[in-house]
Amino acid sequence: MVQFFFRRFFHVFPAFIGVTLLTFSLIHLIPGDPVELRAGERGIDPARHAEIKAEMGLDKPLYIQYFRYISNVFKGDLGKSYVTKKPIIEEFFTLFPATLELSFCAMIFAALFGLPAGIIAGVKRGTPFDHTIMAVSLTGYSMPIFWWGLLMILFFSVFLGWTPVSGRLSALYWIEPDTGFMLIDTLMSDEPGAFKSALSHLILPSIVLGTIPLAVIARMTRSSMLEVLKEDYVRTAKAKGLSDRRVILVHALRNAMIPVITVIGLQTGVLLAGAILTETIFAWPGVGKWILESISRRDYPAIQGGILIIATLIIFVNLGVDVLYGIINPRIRYTS
Amino acid sequence: MKRRKLVSVASIAVLFCMLAVSAQAKTLVFCSEGSPEGFTPALYTAGTTFDASSRQIFDKLSMFERGTTKIVPGLATSWDISPDGTVYTFHLRKGVKFHTTSYFKPTRDFNADDVIFSFWRQHDKNHPYHKVSGGTYEYYAGMSMPSLIKSIEKKDDYTVVFTLTKPNAPFIANMAMDFASIHSAEYANKMLVAKTPEEFDQKPIGTGPFVFVSYQKDSTIRFQAFDKYWAGKAKIDKLVFSITPDASVRYAKLKAGEAHLMPYPNPADLAAMKKDPNINLMEQEGLNVGYLAFNTKKEPFTNVKVRQALSIAINKNAILEAVFQGAGKVAKNPIPPTIWSYNDAVKDYEYNVAAAKKLLAEAGFANGFETDIWAMPVQRPYNPNAKRMAEMIQEDWSKIGVKAKIISYEWGEYLKRSMAGEHTSLLLGWTGDNGDPDNFLAVLLGCDAVGGSNRAQWCYKPFDDLIMKATQVSDQAERTKLYQQAQVAFKEQAPWVTIAHSVVFKPMSKKVVDFKIDPFGGHVFYGVDLKE
Repeated sequence: MVQFFFRRFFHVFPAFIGVTLLTFSLIHLIPGDPVELRAGERGIDPARHAEIKAEMGLDKPLYIQYFRYISNVFKGDLGKSYVTKKPIIEEFFTLFPATLELSFCAMIFAALFGLPAGIIAGVKRGTPFDHTIMAVSLTGYSMPIFWWGLLMILFFSVFLGWTPVSGRLSALYWIEPDTGFMLIDTLMSDEPGAFKSALSHLILPSIVLGTIPLAVIARMTRSSMLEVLKEDYVRTAKAKGLSDRRVILVHALRNAMIPVITVIGLQTGVLLAGAILTETIFAWPGVGKWILESISRRDYPAIQGGILIIATLIIFVNLGVDVLYGIINPRIRYTS
Repeated sequence: MKRRKLVSVASIAVLFCMLAVSAQAKTLVFCSEGSPEGFTPALYTAGTTFDASSRQIFDKLSMFERGTTKIVPGLATSWDISPDGTVYTFHLRKGVKFHTTSYFKPTRDFNADDVIFSFWRQHDKNHPYHKVSGGTYEYYAGMSMPSLIKSIEKKDDYTVVFTLTKPNAPFIANMAMDFASIHSAEYANKMLVAKTPEEFDQKPIGTGPFVFVSYQKDSTIRFQAFDKYWAGKAKIDKLVFSITPDASVRYAKLKAGEAHLMPYPNPADLAAMKKDPNINLMEQEGLNVGYLAFNTKKEPFTNVKVRQALSIAINKNAILEAVFQGAGKVAKNPIPPTIWSYNDAVKDYEYNVAAAKKLLAEAGFANGFETDIWAMPVQRPYNPNAKRMAEMIQEDWSKIGVKAKIISYEWGEYLKRSMAGEHTSLLLGWTGDNGDPDNFLAVLLGCDAVGGSNRAQWCYKPFDDLIMKATQVSDQAERTKLYQQAQVAFKEQAPWVTIAHSVVFKPMSKKVVDFKIDPFGGHVFYGVDLKE
């Protein structure tokens, strides 16, 4: 098992270098100069322009900039934002808890509804249950997030007034972040009602962000269940006279879970990076929105650093998933 | 007896509730559109940053009267200008307190040292704070301060003397700009001694009407009214910026009662906002101008008649309707009507295809010619959809035989190439900084700005002489006369087609009292109140 873990771990390095190279070259391919963008219509004196570029280290050839960047990365320094002039690591980790909290809640929502929906659809194949679940999940999967988010806001927040429109906490509560996780921070504060406010702010964005993973999980669970239900051991279990419930939940589901866990792992990665639209609609102060804004401002250190940290996290989530396979299915552990 | 007791208990309870309501803090929630870059205005250029810093936390020597471009005394109660216009002596206000917060307790009142610190940090490359937070001081440089200010001296604790290298009439207006915000020198020193100078730019201390409480990145900024503010405490107790980048969501927040005021509504939502009984929709012309500039150094735009013909050929009203959807007004001068010296007597070129054709034939282009129109790739207040505008101009020009190709570049590239004069004609615009006509006329049309922000590459001596003379005299009536003449010369020569001034809309809850639209596009909350 330990050997298996290390073998997987060494695959991570080339992926890491690849990510740095790719983000670096891609953002430098986008036309636009951060100094000129900041100056806007006002324009900037060429001498001053050159001076500022030199201060930022942008006057050097690209390969030198890259080597300088990568050597700093290995020293744990991701640079400072051109816009706020603050260290990237500090910027990222003040925002990351918000993204993590939202992604976590969205994933719980997706798994909580996606798994049972998939199991029911798989077991009751061909029935109206199956058709309804599949049709709804296809709709969920194809829903444009921006439209879906606004629709939810208009219906639940403006029309019904049940949930807050956006943000993480009502403006009435003055709570300073300790952990950055609003649920924990509000729980620790002594302001009554703050926790409830934080929780209610999470509902709509979690549903919107969790809709696509929910659909993917439901469909994946269904097809995986269908395959497993045809297996010999399921028939044997049924022949032994076990209850349907036990056959499905113990014998079939455990084997059907492997592809589902892969999907959940991949979707978690997608959520961490892909919350951009949800974060923008719900004014959620997370990293997705931050990277998006950094791109439009050509804030190179923020884009490079942000993507690098997220990519590293995704690599590790997948590593975790790989290891989890080994635990669930011993055959993977021994053969790979 | 029992009933009487009940009544008295109830009335005490009611009284208590009333007291509790009146004692409840008045919190105004502003649904802002983006995050500030930081809290030291001199380091940054974005209006969003100024809203969160200079417009609430800081004061300047001179200030703009709320809702106008009129200059009034600020931290300086008065100023004297030497007869040659190069020495400005500011007499400072006494008894002005700096904010007391959890991170700084001032031991002295505001004085001349604070003024010198605030400017010298930007001016002197060897100042201990010059390089802190990667300072590049774009606005200070952009307003030519490094070459204009020769020295700043402290005559006594309450008198500061600025010596300029040349007379500059807009100087007092420049002193009211955001970059000229006054910081506490005492706080700066304290942070320097503690070896945490960056903190100075992240946890601001000013003399303004609101004290900074906290900032949660991309989420919330909190302010508290400063009870020792020299002009009297603000009417609201707490001010919260709830950062919401999407305009539809801002509107939803306003409708749901989660915010009191929002900037930059979607034009498509304006009709619904006007009908909403809970929303008060204020509007005012913006301090900006959207224009089409001809490159007057390139054929055939060297010819005045061609420029005039192409100006006449454009149907501006149609553009206003299609591109601005009612949120704009036709522009006839290069400065907006909210700026003093606006010449209302100037007659605009009226849309007339036949006359345009005739004029073009007189210029020797009876069969028209081929040209380019550059369209900006971004949305700006002065031009919400440059591509659509370019298409409409292209169609108008085709009616007189001028075939135009529409070109667009990435924004940074667009600005750089147009500054170098690669275009033949282009769409662009400008938003004013200090409410002085010089900030439009010299910056955008002066001979000195050719190769820079003068996109028409237009250097016309009679015009340039007028605007140069206007910066040398400090009498506003005389300056007004000169600028009005300059606008006439501009119109005759037609280096631009002035297209529109946008109209700024501010939707707010009916509970908001006495909000005034800032002509500079900012949001000032001192003086604003909330109804129960």
